[in-house]
Amino acid sequence: MLEINNLHVELEDEDKAILKGLSLKVEAGKVHAIMGPNGSGKSTLSYVLSGRDGYEVTQGTATLDGQDLLDLEPEERAAAGLFQAFQYPVEIPGVGNMTFLRTAVNSQRKARGEPEMSSGDFLKLVRAKAKELNIDADMLKRPVNVGFSGGEKKRNEILQMSVLEPRMCILDETDSGLDVDAMKLVADGVNALRSEGRSFLVITHYQRLLDHIKPDVVHILADGRIVKTGGPELAIEVETNGYADILAEVAA
Amino acid sequence: MTTASAVSPRAARFAARLKDTEAHLSSVTLPASAAWLMRAREAAMERLKGMGMPEKRDEYWRYTDPARFVSSAPTPAEVFVADDEPVMFGGIERLSLVFVDGVFSPEQSDKIEGEGLEIERLSEAGEADIHWAKDLYGTLEAKAQNPVPRPLAALNTATATDGVLIRVTGRVSRPVSLVYLRSDANAEMVLHHVVRVEEGGEVTLLENGPGAARVSTVLEADLADRATLHHVRAMGRDHQRAGCTHIFARQGAESHFRSFTLSVNGAMVRNEMVVWLEGEGGVVHLAGAAMGDGDFHNDDTIFVTHTAPACESRQVYKKVLYHGAVGVFQGKILVEQSAQLTDGYQKSQALLMDESGQFLAKPELEIHADDVKCSHGSTSGELDEDHLFYLRARGVPEDDAKRLLVTAFLGESLDEIEDHDLANDIRLRLAGWLERHGE
Repeated sequence: MLEINNLHVELEDEDKAILKGLSLKVEAGKVHAIMGPNGSGKSTLSYVLSGRDGYEVTQGTATLDGQDLLDLEPEERAAAGLFQAFQYPVEIPGVGNMTFLRTAVNSQRKARGEPEMSSGDFLKLVRAKAKELNIDADMLKRPVNVGFSGGEKKRNEILQMSVLEPRMCILDETDSGLDVDAMKLVADGVNALRSEGRSFLVITHYQRLLDHIKPDVVHILADGRIVKTGGPELAIEVETNGYADILAEVAA
Repeated sequence: MTTASAVSPRAARFAARLKDTEAHLSSVTLPASAAWLMRAREAAMERLKGMGMPEKRDEYWRYTDPARFVSSAPTPAEVFVADDEPVMFGGIERLSLVFVDGVFSPEQSDKIEGEGLEIERLSEAGEADIHWAKDLYGTLEAKAQNPVPRPLAALNTATATDGVLIRVTGRVSRPVSLVYLRSDANAEMVLHHVVRVEEGGEVTLLENGPGAARVSTVLEADLADRATLHHVRAMGRDHQRAGCTHIFARQGAESHFRSFTLSVNGAMVRNEMVVWLEGEGGVVHLAGAAMGDGDFHNDDTIFVTHTAPACESRQVYKKVLYHGAVGVFQGKILVEQSAQLTDGYQKSQALLMDESGQFLAKPELEIHADDVKCSHGSTSGELDEDHLFYLRARGVPEDDAKRLLVTAFLGESLDEIEDHDLANDIRLRLAGWLERHGE
């Protein structure tokens, strides 16, 4: 599904290397987690994959089912099936949540040569998904994320994910700023989307999200590289001992 | 001790201005009119001669060069045929009065009549010295000459060739729709309308179309207590036309006045609005959306005076500027000492779509009462990159995402249009314009 090879990324403005040869491969239907200390390059990885400006790829590749992602505009990546749940979803005054979501759905369909979804079908779909995520109708009527609490914003991200049905989902510190109940709600939403054809890359500081979204593989990212890869037990090791032990072990 | 016999440079300039104005007006003949109307025209002419025509150096014309409005003949403007959109307000049941190049067209107009209103053309205004418009025509314009002279409005009062006089006595359900068409590259349109809404009356006035190569319109609106006037204007898509419009409104107690102007294209447009809130609890909402691409200069100049207590005024002006287009906003709220509990609000914002656009804003608050709520904000900037990225990351192509954000930016001004169908018509125009230019 997602294959990243020897990825080197610099900040455009600062000429500073952030990712220094990152490689990983997420197979179809799998959930991979990336954990790492502050400044290891977790957020940069998610931004580069979704196509945000300001990052320069100096080496390496990232492909989605063989298609070169780095060559695509952000909207083309989305249409190809990539979705990033943002750590800090922006508020967009004046753009209604429903208008936004419907434009997104139909833009992606159009890009893939599929017919647009009728407003009736769309409404039904969103209402059903919103109910599962405990998102009330009032939230849907408001402008995108405007006046939403932190938890509501994250739930709105998951709502978008479930309506857009991407095949590769990147969750960028989706647990940050969430209380336990909100995190459980978000995790349930993600788990409901798990399927054979859909993969997840869950980026997180802490293991607690991984209690709810059980990963198949856990990677430790440090100083721009994956330094260790293992099973779910690796996340528990981090939770118990912190990153220091692992980093020391790798350095040795 | 020397005697101050030398004339100051300032006084000399003013004397020269009056002389130029006199020369400019020497060839002007006042249209034949009923006696009461002729007296109003002559009085306006005298006012004008006393203040002179505007000049670029005037503080009030600092951001907009009046040259195209004061030249003896209009700058020719190519007629633009916009046949790719449905007729503006076409789906709305209305009393339609059509002017072509400023000349009334009976063939294209509806029969001039309506329930709950008296309506007649200015050029056919009755001779009777007791005409209801006698105390209004030119009166609000004259009142608006203080503290800032508005000579172009006085010129309009003196020389307007036609216009519509409307007196509303009840609730008028069918909007009065003034349609300004054009067919001639050199024509000038000078129209002067007077609307008097009697106590408890309500009417909607629509204006649309480019009118002529050069346009001057004045609307004097007098709202009695509890009267309501809705005004929606769409100024047409012609690129080269020049227009200077004035709206003067005097409001009684608990009266409501809402005015919205859509301005797309147009090489030189100045829209002035002067409102006096003279009765307790009056409400005025003025709003505008302007979009220009390239050769576009759009100036909204607003002056709202709160005289009576507990009135509410809102100004919401939004401009979207592409490829060197220029937007101007001069907006003032004056709260007199008598106007306690005033609620005044003013917002002017421009979206600069590239580095060549310009937004010149001069927001002003002058407050003499001590118990008021007044705020103003003026901003200009580019589209928010984070917003754009968020939409694109969800699959919305860049141009569509920009259009969505521009539409959102303008939304706040459109929200000031109360009528759903009228707002929809305006929205469609905006969408059409963005489809053609929004890249």
